[in-house]
Amino acid sequence: MAMKEVMEKSGISNPRGLGITAEFSVDPANNITGYKSFRAGKFQFRRDEYFAYIETPKGTHMMSVDAFLRALMRDVAWGFFYGTVNFDPVFGTTNFYGEVDMFYGALNEAYVSEGRDYIERFKSDQLMNIFKQMISDWTNAGFDPFAAPRETGVPWGAKNGDNDGAVSRQRVTARRMVGMKGDTPLRSDKSGFPVNVMFHDVDQDQPEVHAEPGFEGEVSAFNLFGYLSRSDVTWNPSVCSVVKDSLFCPTTEEYILPVEHGNDRCEWFIQLSDEITWNIKDGSSGRPKAVVQMKPGDVACMPADIRHQGFSPKRSMLLVWENGSPKLPELIREGKAPTVAVQF
Amino acid sequence: MSSYATDFAAIDEYSRGKITVISKDDPKNYVFSNMFDVAANTRPYERVAVAKNFEYVIESVRAEGTSPWYSAAHDEFVVAMDYPVTVELVKLDDPDSVVDPESEGAHRLPGEPQGRKMGTAKLSRGHMCILPVGAAYRFVSGAPATLMIQTCDGPETQHRWAEFCQK
Repeated sequence: MAMKEVMEKSGISNPRGLGITAEFSVDPANNITGYKSFRAGKFQFRRDEYFAYIETPKGTHMMSVDAFLRALMRDVAWGFFYGTVNFDPVFGTTNFYGEVDMFYGALNEAYVSEGRDYIERFKSDQLMNIFKQMISDWTNAGFDPFAAPRETGVPWGAKNGDNDGAVSRQRVTARRMVGMKGDTPLRSDKSGFPVNVMFHDVDQDQPEVHAEPGFEGEVSAFNLFGYLSRSDVTWNPSVCSVVKDSLFCPTTEEYILPVEHGNDRCEWFIQLSDEITWNIKDGSSGRPKAVVQMKPGDVACMPADIRHQGFSPKRSMLLVWENGSPKLPELIREGKAPTVAVQF
Repeated sequence: MSSYATDFAAIDEYSRGKITVISKDDPKNYVFSNMFDVAANTRPYERVAVAKNFEYVIESVRAEGTSPWYSAAHDEFVVAMDYPVTVELVKLDDPDSVVDPESEGAHRLPGEPQGRKMGTAKLSRGHMCILPVGAAYRFVSGAPATLMIQTCDGPETQHRWAEFCQK
């Protein structure tokens, strides 16, 4: 497969020079399991009681449907995210911001070396439409793909209702700062966000704010750790404060990040509480590179050429720091975005 | 029901994680440091970058005593990471004469700010406060504490990566 950089008129990067596939279908529910099957180009998706099956011209890939739905949920909620969302070492998507590559084995050195890899390219909104229908149909009542395993039901079995409320959550995006007048509201018991059992000891007091007359809306502070202790989702960063394109996106983490996130830009992690261990692999080949153990106060940058997956034994607070500049995709395309954030 | 304990750290009680290389990697690529370690080993109100992404930085600051007054041409945000710190805010009469509106990062004021008192915010662990554009601010802390500041790389930002990052 040609690896030359092809620039579309739209300015969207297309490093493999792939044409756009626009063939999609949703097939009727299976008589036995009750689940629909889905087709995007030559990729076919079906599930049964335990597994998701991804059929391609180069082979069929099986995943536990639990792992598949948790990964699919992130890909949907994050709009294909920054760079690559590896559902596992074989299957995933790469975001080119308007178009997306969906691959089987293309970022796995064994599959590639044996010619077992397969990849197609889609318009992002069209593939997203199929993914949204899939997560809706394949998620049963009582199972929340955003929740930690101990706090939700199971995904197994034949079709049993849905959980559209959970799978269609909107990502929290503060415009300036959580809690400011007219911005994203604070969380409380009353608004349906009780303190998570693993954070029962986190202080819930709010800062003492004394605003002079006329400055009531401008002097603002809130309990960020208390806010995070009430998060009802895991591995789902949300914007809490904004300095131009600098986005503080704290999140709570428990169990395993459901994807191996392949960076196309530098991404910073600041461990706010407890501990997360990150397995680092090469972004292209999947070969293990390092293990990063992060304790409270630790700061680490994920380089732009790796993939990472986190393991959090207890619910923890992690600050994901993102640069949301619209100039970044162009810098990445031109090779001007650094692989490593700081040289020293 | 199990009783869970949330593990936070502080300027006087922290331990660092680590990077273990498996194959063909360099720990320096991860720019790995600990913000409490930085605060514990710097002078009061030195603003040391612990993360940098193009023009943006996150600074770790040892708060102790009363800081100089600062202002920026954009919003900044501060999080108290361990012990109490008070933020004092003044609405500048003429912000553009204090800080170039095209500039980035925090600027230290040479003296007292000219303007109206906006108010104060007393922060404890985990509290976030906006340091709004058009205002001057300073920090007051009775004992050593750690602040994390979301801002842009500016004249007060110190880059001491080799001093604090795992190599």
